[in-house]
Parts: sequence; C-alpha cells; structure tokens
Amino acid sequence: MPIVYKPEYTMAALLKLDNVSKTFGDREVLHGVSLEVAPKEVVFLVGPSGSGKSTLLRFCNLLEHPSSGAVLFEGADILKQKNVNALRQSVGMVFQSFNLYPHMTALWNVAIALRLVQRKSAREAREIAHHFLAEVGLAHRGSAYPAELSGGQQQRVAIARALALKPKLMLFDEPTSALDPELVGSVLDVIRKMRHEGMTMLIVSHEMQFAREAADKVVFLDQGRVVEAGAPAALFGNPQQQRTIEFLSRFSLAGSHG
Amino acid sequence: MDAVLTNFANGDILAITWRPLLAGLAQTMLLSLLVIPLGAIAGLLIAALFVVSAGLARVLLMVWIDFFRAFPPLVLLIYLYFGAPLLGYEISAYAAIAVSFTLNTSSYFAEIFRAGIEGVPRGQWHAARATGMSWLQSFFVIVLPQGTRAVLPDLLSNIITITQLTALASVVSVPELLHTAQLAQATSYNVTPIIAAAVIYLALLWPLVRLMSHLDARRYSTKLSAAATQRRRRQETADE
Repeated sequence: MPIVYKPEYTMAALLKLDNVSKTFGDREVLHGVSLEVAPKEVVFLVGPSGSGKSTLLRFCNLLEHPSSGAVLFEGADILKQKNVNALRQSVGMVFQSFNLYPHMTALWNVAIALRLVQRKSAREAREIAHHFLAEVGLAHRGSAYPAELSGGQQQRVAIARALALKPKLMLFDEPTSALDPELVGSVLDVIRKMRHEGMTMLIVSHEMQFAREAADKVVFLDQGRVVEAGAPAALFGNPQQQRTIEFLSRFSLAGSHG
Repeated sequence: MDAVLTNFANGDILAITWRPLLAGLAQTMLLSLLVIPLGAIAGLLIAALFVVSAGLARVLLMVWIDFFRAFPPLVLLIYLYFGAPLLGYEISAYAAIAVSFTLNTSSYFAEIFRAGIEGVPRGQWHAARATGMSWLQSFFVIVLPQGTRAVLPDLLSNIITITQLTALASVVSVPELLHTAQLAQATSYNVTPIIAAAVIYLALLWPLVRLMSHLDARRYSTKLSAAATQRRRRQETADE
C-alpha cells in the first residue's frame, strides 16, 4: 500500500485557526471555524460572498480580531502577542484592490517597509525592492507610479511588496477579482512560481480552475462555517455536501484560464 | 481729478509713509508666519485625534472644532487681551494673537485635514499596517501625503484667510499693515496710506488666490485624467 503524503498530518502547522468566531454588532459572521496550514502548503478558501472568507484571512495578520477562539502562528497565540508589527513582517498580504501607494513609485511601494520597518539603508532597500520587482517580472517598471501600471502589473507590485519582507506565510484576498480577465494569467503565474519555490499560502479566490491546479487543500466556507475541506481532486471531483455541490455548479470547471 | 489724486493717491504722502507701511507689511507677514504653522500643526493634531477617537471623545472634539469655528476670532482676541489682566494675568499682544488665532484657525485646519484623511481609502491603511508599519508611520508616510494632496486648495484658501485675519491684530495695537496705514492716515489727514495698504494686500495675496484657482481646476479635472489613465492601462495590457 503506497504511503499517501499528506502534509497537514505529517508536519506541525505553521498557522492554526482554532475555533474562531467573529461577531459584528449582533450578527455573527464566523461560527467556530478551525483551519490548519502546514509549512509549504497552499490552502484555498472558497465560498460565496459573505461567507466570511476575507474576515478569516484578516485574522491571520490581525487586521481583524476574532471575537473568540485562538490564532496560532508557529505555535504561538498571536492574539496574546505584544508586537503585532513583528508578526506582520512574517505574514504578507495581497489585497483584492492592490492598495498600492499612489504617491510612490513601484520601487518605493516595495522599498518603503524595508526602510521604515526593517530599518535598512535606502540603498539596500532599493536593491531588495528591485530584486523582488524582477521576481514578479517588473524589473523595468520600478520608476512607474501605480496609475501608470495595468491592474495585473499593480497586483504583481503588491505581491513584490509583501514578498520583500521575506514572509513565512502569504495571504491572498481575492488577488485576481479586480482584474480584467486577460490580466489574470500574469498574476496566477507569479503565484505558481511562489508555490514552486515552497511559499506557504492561504488564498481566498474564485478562480476554481486555479484552485484545482495549485491547491494542496481546499476549504469550502459557507455562512461562516466550514462545510467541507479536502484535497482539490476530492472536493471538486466528488463533493460530499449538498451546499458544496450547489456552489461548485455555479462555476464551469471546464473554463479555460488558470 | 486733482482733488481725488491729492486725497487718495498722494505721492508726497506716499514718499513719507512707504517705509512704515513696509514695516507694517513685515509685521503682517511675521504674524502670518507665526499663526499659520501653529494653526496647521494644532489642526493636524486635532484631525489625527479625531480619526483615532470614538464615542464621547469624538463628540467632544467635534464640539471643540465647531465652537472655535463659530466663535468670532476678533471677539476671542479682545476677551484674551483685555480680559486676562482682569483675572490677574498680563498677556502680550502677540501671545493673545497667537492663542486666539491658533484656536480659530486650527479648527478650520482640523476640518480640512480630517476631510482629506478620511477621503483616503481604508485599503491604504490596511496595506501599510499589513507590512508592519506602525500607526504613526502609516499615518505620516502613507495616508497624510495623499489626504493633504486632495485638500491642497482648501489648505491654501485657509492660509489666505489667515493672512487677511492678521489685520485684526490692529485692535491690540500691533503695528501690522492695516494698523500702520491707519496711523499714517490719521497723522497725515490723507487716505493714501490706506489705499497703499490695500494695494500691498492685493499684491501679497493675489498670487496665492491664482494658485488656489489653478489647484482647484486641477482637482476637478482629475475625473478626466482618471479616464485617460484607464485608456493608458488598456493600452499597456499588451505589455502583460
């Protein structure tokens, strides 16, 4: 009998969300969700809008605090950690709307945190920034302002900005949802490359084809609960829950890009 | 015609009053240079406090801002300068001006900065904080420059208003431009110094007013340039 390699069972989790809930006013948007991400694992969070995917993601770098539950990063509860800014250097985040700084060049969008947070010299910060812009295929656009870049290029700059801090975990919040369809590929290529290089990633996405290809694990979230989780082949190929089936039927998995 | 010139544009009077008038202009500029930075810094501080505050603190800040915007600065100045001695405190004219004008102008500055800061998308804060920047770093390096740029015409408008406001200092006998002109008029029985002062005010502020209009026009054309950016982005799609 062949040994099936399941990273989530054989390695200590890099990130572990333990029974986290979130209440906004009197509306509970997450109900006791648990989730683990092992080192080098790529986990996709999928589900309809309003299912709490983005909120869950924001717990991982404390842009949002859970109302209850624990968030463990490298085994330590980050909710009890005093230095949030240290954690945030270890956990990179990429946003749906890029959120590049419009008053800075692409190079300085990447370099500014190296300079201010990691206290590197201006020269070193620029060198590192240039290196990571090259990594995402934008070595030649360093002097461009965000408004002069296409959406795909902006999102790649945003990825470089997060990567430059050498994070151990990358969070993606619908990284291609704001892009014109023809620009999606360039961003997915960069994520593929990161996966190849062993980056641990937690990705909220509606790119089902891409999830099927790049995920080690897919977690289906609906109405604030994990409905189903598993390897992409199992979840997409043979979903067990009625709600998963309904959700997936909305996507044509025979789609071409990804 | 001669009578008009003699009374309103008298060269002889001008010849003996231009020096004190220029000294008055220097005082006006000095007061502006004192009050504008004080008001801007205090206003920025109030705006920053407003952004981070919530609940009662936010209401109190709003009341403070509203009160000092509504309270006439001239009345405030007179209360301070003539009222303080009654309470046993001697206060110099300059101190009275600095305090009363700062209270007034900082409230206007605060409202302008607040509008600018709140106009910056939340995503900018999130992006900055997500890379480990502190609140202060995010505020000063990421949010404030964008917020300030958006309200530049309003800031300039406020600066012009403050410069005009310094004429109120004449009521506490600070020899600024208007006060000097009034003295010159009283001693020469001639209106020429007042006319000269008006011309100096115009020469000082007109370029600023022009600049403000220019910035305003640019602000309202950003919608058009946004469309141009969209077009450019589409063209660059080929670059992907």
